[in-house]
Formats: sequence, structure tokens, C-alpha cells
Amino acid sequence: MLPLYVPLIATAFLAAFGFLIASRRALAVSGGDARKLAALPRQYGLNTTLSVIIPTSVVLIVGMIFSSLSGVLPFIVLGVAIFGFSYSIVRITPEFRARRYAEAWIKLVLIAASAVAILTTLGIVLSMLFETRHFFAQYDWKAFFFSTEWSPNFRGNSALGIIPLLWGTFYISLIALTFAVPIGLFAAIYLSEYATRRMRSIAKPAIEILAGIPTIVYGLFALITVGPFLRDHFAQPMGFGDSASSVMTAGIVMGVMLIPFVSSLSDDIINAVPQALRDGSLGLGATKSETIRQVVIPAALPGIVGAILLAASRAIGETMIVVLGAGAAARMSLNPFEAMTTVTVKIVSQLTGDTDFASPETLVAFALGLTLFVITLGLNVLALYIVRKYREQYE
Amino acid sequence: MTQKSLLTVDARTKKRNAAEKRFKAYGFAAISVAMLALVTLLTSVIGTGASAFKQTYATVTMQLPEDVLDKSGVRDIDVMKKVTTVGYTKILNQGLTDTVAALNIPHDLSNKDIGGMLSKEAAATIRDHVLANPELIGQEVTLDLLMNGRIDGYFKGRVTMESAALDSNTSPAELALAQALADAGVVNTKFNWAFLTNPDASDQRPEAAGLGVAILGSLYMMIIVLAISLPIGVAASIYLEEFAPKNRWTDLIEVNISNLAAVPSIVYGILGLAIFINFLEFKQSSPLVGGLVLSLMTLPRIIIPARAALKSVPPSIRDAALGVGASKMQSVFHHVLPLAAPGILTGVIIGLGQALGETAPLLLIGMVAFVREYPAAYTPDAGLFGEASTALPVQIYNWTQRADPGFVERASGAIITLLIFLLIMNAVAIFLRRKFERRW
Repeated sequence: MLPLYVPLIATAFLAAFGFLIASRRALAVSGGDARKLAALPRQYGLNTTLSVIIPTSVVLIVGMIFSSLSGVLPFIVLGVAIFGFSYSIVRITPEFRARRYAEAWIKLVLIAASAVAILTTLGIVLSMLFETRHFFAQYDWKAFFFSTEWSPNFRGNSALGIIPLLWGTFYISLIALTFAVPIGLFAAIYLSEYATRRMRSIAKPAIEILAGIPTIVYGLFALITVGPFLRDHFAQPMGFGDSASSVMTAGIVMGVMLIPFVSSLSDDIINAVPQALRDGSLGLGATKSETIRQVVIPAALPGIVGAILLAASRAIGETMIVVLGAGAAARMSLNPFEAMTTVTVKIVSQLTGDTDFASPETLVAFALGLTLFVITLGLNVLALYIVRKYREQYE
Repeated sequence: MTQKSLLTVDARTKKRNAAEKRFKAYGFAAISVAMLALVTLLTSVIGTGASAFKQTYATVTMQLPEDVLDKSGVRDIDVMKKVTTVGYTKILNQGLTDTVAALNIPHDLSNKDIGGMLSKEAAATIRDHVLANPELIGQEVTLDLLMNGRIDGYFKGRVTMESAALDSNTSPAELALAQALADAGVVNTKFNWAFLTNPDASDQRPEAAGLGVAILGSLYMMIIVLAISLPIGVAASIYLEEFAPKNRWTDLIEVNISNLAAVPSIVYGILGLAIFINFLEFKQSSPLVGGLVLSLMTLPRIIIPARAALKSVPPSIRDAALGVGASKMQSVFHHVLPLAAPGILTGVIIGLGQALGETAPLLLIGMVAFVREYPAAYTPDAGLFGEASTALPVQIYNWTQRADPGFVERASGAIITLLIFLLIMNAVAIFLRRKFERRW
């Protein structure tokens, strides 16, 4: 059996020397006068190099995915490389438009690169659909979507109802948005309409720092600072319970995380409202705040709604803050100081540690993931649709 | 009929002016809340974490008796390895007790309790030292050894006499002795390089836990992310921005990319688990799988700014190149791309920064495992980046799940390290933007 690195080295060799040989040969067939050629000699060289590298890479990637081919793969790779090399050399004539062919190869690579995005989405959807089907083969889908009990049990007989998880997810997201939307929106309004240039140059980057902080940092902040603070100063004195991880903890910290998200999107949208609208309103005698409330915000409203929807999708899909701040108990309660749990927390807990990919307790994570994906995708598509539609108005 | 002057403010105007002031105050308050949140977040993390960069050591002088450590006397390493850390612990206890006795510090602690003030890691430290230098046996050596987490916490203010009285792992008498030793100069607190280089340590010894493996794992993954998502991202954005015809197919790709940028990161973890680990059977918790997952996640986040950078290059540049006979491809690669490079690079660095701090997808592909061995970049067995590893943010998560309060300090210290890396990356991005950005 031929080890794989032999054809790889051969390919590299053919690619490098192919360049030299092809450009020499191009010059030779033109009788030493490059002006008679349809392309520059180095473009003939480039065409040969690409004719060797690109087909071999395709074969290599396909071959690695279908590992059953591994025995013959080195020979196929070698064959493709040699064929690409000889074919491109044979074709060299003064009339051969090498630049066009070389560029067609490059364009192929560019198209393949943009297809990766499609492949990723396909991979996400297919992998989750596939495993979710396994899950629903073992567990009744009605019980999954409509049961209000979540108590997985690795010895079997689990109750795997998604409702309590969705409840926790939406409750936490609601608190986060109630916190982040007014603050983010007012911050954006202040920065774009009132702040001096100097203040804007300090405050805007400072708020954006919040967006650059990894969520694990927010999670730890919830765990060691916000959680105990809320418990000691609000939950316990007011008799709401004595849990440091709670819906409120996760919600507030997530709200802080979302502030820059809401504010920078709203800022862009408010700035896109034409100055003429403001001038008209001010000219009629409205105060600045009246202008903002009655002219700028209504004009920017679709965009702001889009921004809020994007923030909501972020909140629903957020993982580390809720893993560290919200707790693990699947519970449906209205008390915001009680620990509850979310879809993402349960995905993490069902898929970490010792997992058995045949049991419904593990496979449920894929059904949860698919639900999460569908919800966030819906919100994103809706938000993008609204934002796009709105942008066309002033451009 | 009396006519009021325009300059006298009537009730309605007053109300409107007050509303104006209120509105402005709301805006200012919103910014203040955001700033306050930022400051609280940073001070809370830095406040708890800064002490992780200091560590308490005891300078202990001890005899290394030959009859315990190498009875045969031939200094055969394999035979010497049979003496476990238990054997070394006794030597250690004796060494520290002798030190205390030599200083004439009054106490009523047993040898074992005194030895217990040292970290459980200390015995392993001497053992490794002896195995590396067998000629030391039979001699007297002086080593700086880690104190245990409680004593260390006492010097950092985390543990007090009151809390020690309630703690089964330490006692006020031990703290008093530690204080006396510190006064005598035997116990010192110094900068903790080991925090950045040591591997993780088990549950009972937070004082020995370090970020070495995590930093290495994160570095490997960043290399993979850079190697995969930079070329693919740039190629995709060139195609979409410069070549793609406007049709349904490219529209689909565009909507797809903006959606992928907003897909929750944990979904990428599920993808990685299902495809790379279950289907392609790559090794769990390897930087290879982590890097691939993070690359897919980073890709749309690189494509979006890269397209913006390409778009900002004015069409006149392309027209000029085409006018002197360049092909479309040549105009892009020779002229547009170099001009857009700073913008693209800025986007890439910011995308890498996000990938560096990402935790959730890595949890799903098994990076939570306890790893003490530094992963090699290549081994014939595991392949390229195939050895089990952990990553900075996952290590932080891991430490938050441990019972010993010493790990909270470690987790916060790790966050400081992570934030410093991010700060450097973002500073580079800002520098690049300032230095090379062109306004047309």
C-alpha cells in the first residue's frame, strides 16, 4: 500500500515544476517570441499548476470523507495529478488562451468557497434532522412538545417535555430584553442626537467593549457577583427564595450583554433617518425630544423592531450565561428569583459527560437543538426581512 | 386684552421644556447604566482574579535520605519511581517541621498538620525534582514549594481566622503558624508564572492549577481557524462581491451567510458532535475538531466585514485596471484585494477574538475533559492537532464547576488572561484600521 504522503509530495512537485515547464514550453512553441502567444508565459505556468492542484485537492477531500476508498486513494490522487499535468502541457499552443483557463480554475475555487456557507447550513439541518428522527422513533413527539414535565432518567422512563425549558428560555429572554431594550435604545438616542462629539467618541467604544466580552465572562459575573447580590439584597429579604442562580440573575446579566447589541444596531438605524425629517420637525417648533419621539423613532421603528428581534434571537440562543446563572431545575413558576432552566442548558447537560447515542436522553438534545435552530432562524429571517425592507425607503 | 411677552414662559412651554430635560436625562441615565455595568463587571472579575497571579510558596530545606528514596543505592530511575508521593510527603513533613523548630516558633500542631500546610502538589514537585537529579539523594536540598489553597487564601485575604475555624481543611493555629513563618521570611508570596504554564490540577489542589494546556489548546485552535476561515472567507467574499451574478442561487448564499452569523453558537457544537465526531469519527476533545467547529462559526463573521471592505474600494480602481487590459480576476487580485486587505484583516482579527472566547460549542465536543498532558501539535497516532486538549474559556467553565473556593480565584484569573489576549487582538485590529484605512 502506498502511503498518502507520496502522491502529495508528487503533486506538490508537479505543481511547482509544472509552472516552470509550462512557461518554458509556451515560450518554445511561440518560437521564443512571447508576443505571438495568446497569454503571458507565466499564465501558461499558472494554468498547469492549478490544473494539478485543484483536481487533486477535490479528489483528496472526497476520498477522505469516504474512508472506504483509503486503499486506492493514493493511486487515484497520483493519477489525477499526472493527468492534470500532462493534459495542460499538451494543450499549450500559441493560440491557447491560458489566462482565461487559469482564471476559470480560480473562479471555481471562489465558488466552492462560497458554497461552504450552504454546506454548513445543510450540515446543521441534516445532522439535527437525522438524530431528531432517531429520537422521535423512541419517544412520542406529542409528549416532547406538549408535556410539562422534564425529568430525564438515564435508567429509562424519562419525561422529556420541552415546555418547562421553553418557559425558562422565554422568561429569561423577556427579562433580558426588558432590561436591554430601553437602555440600549435610550443610549443610542442620546449618542446620536444629544451627545457631543467628544462624549460620543468615549461612550460609544466603551459600550462596544461590552459586546466584545466573551459570554463565559458574563457567566462568571452572574455566578460570583450578581447572583449572590440579588439573593442577599432582594430575594431573601423579600421572601422570594434563597437561590443565587435564578431567572433574574441570568436575565439581568444577559440584558447587560445585549445593551451594545441593541444600541449599536439602533444607532445605525437612527443615523440613517434623513436629517431633512429632523429639520422639518424642528422648523415647525418641536423640541428636540418631540422630534425624536414623533418623527425620528416612528421613521426608524421597523429597523428598531428588527434590532429587537435580533437581540431576542441572541437571548434565546445564549448558553454560557444561563448555564452559570440560571440553574438546572426545569420548573414553571412566575417567581423570577427561582432557579429555572433553558433549552440551551439542557442541550449542554444532555450532551456532556458520558453519553450513549442510542438513548432518548441523549438524542433529545438534538431535538432541542433543532427547536432552538428553528426559533432563532425564524426570528433572524423576520428581522432581516424587516430591516432590509426598511432600508430601501431612504436609499 | 393683555398680551404676554414671548420671553415669559407659559405653563405649556414649561411642561414641554421639562419633558425635554427628562428625555435627555433618560438617555444620559441609560449610558450611565451601561458604563456602570461595564465597570462593575470588570472590577468584580479583576478584583477576584488578580490574586491568581500571585502565589504563596514556602522555602523548605529537607534531607533526602537514601534509605527511603533509593534503598538499592544504584540510582536506577525505574526503581526510584516505585517510591510514590506518599514517601516524599513524609520527608516533606519532616523538613517543614524542622524548619519551624529551627525558628523556635511555638505551636501545638502535629508533624502531619504542619506538612499539611503545604500543597498536595509539593510532594510531586520534589519527586519530579529528585527523579530529574538523582545525585541529590542523600544530600540536603532547599526548594520553593507551594502552600495549600487555604494558607494561600489567608495571605490573599480570602481566608480569615473566623472562616478557618469552621473549615475542616485548615485551622486558625495553622494560619497563625503560616503568619509566623511569613514573618520569618520562610513563606513568601511571589509572582505566579506557574499559573500561565502549569496544566490543570485536581479538585483538591487549586493552588497548583494553571492554564498551560488551555492556552496551548486555544493557540492550536486559533491556528486552525486562521488557516481555514481566512482563505475560505476571503475567497467567498471576493466571489460574492466581485463575480457573483445576481440570481436566486447567490441570493440564497447571501441570506444564508447572514443567518449563519446569527445562529446560536451551541448549534455549531451540535453540528461538530454529529458530523465531525459521530460521522467522521475524529477524536473527541481534540483541537482539530474544536478548530473546525470554530472555523465554521467564524466564517460568516469574516465574510461580512470582508465584503464591506471590498465594497469600499471605489469602482474607478477596477475600471482603471480593466482599461489597461487586466482581466476581471487580475483587477481584483492585483488591485482591489490589496487595497481592501487592512479592512479584511481587521475583520479577521475580530472574528478570531470571538472564536477565542467561545465556550458553548467546545463543551459539546468534549473539551471539558480533565487534561494534564500538554497536547502535541502532531503525533503519528493522533495525527495533526489530534491530542486531547482543553481551551481557555472551557477551562474557566470547568473551574467554576469545582467545589473548592480557590477555583473561583483561578477562574477569574483565567478570565483576566483571556481578556488580555482579546485586548491585544483588538488593539492590533484598531491599529491596523487607523494606520492603513483609506478614505476615498
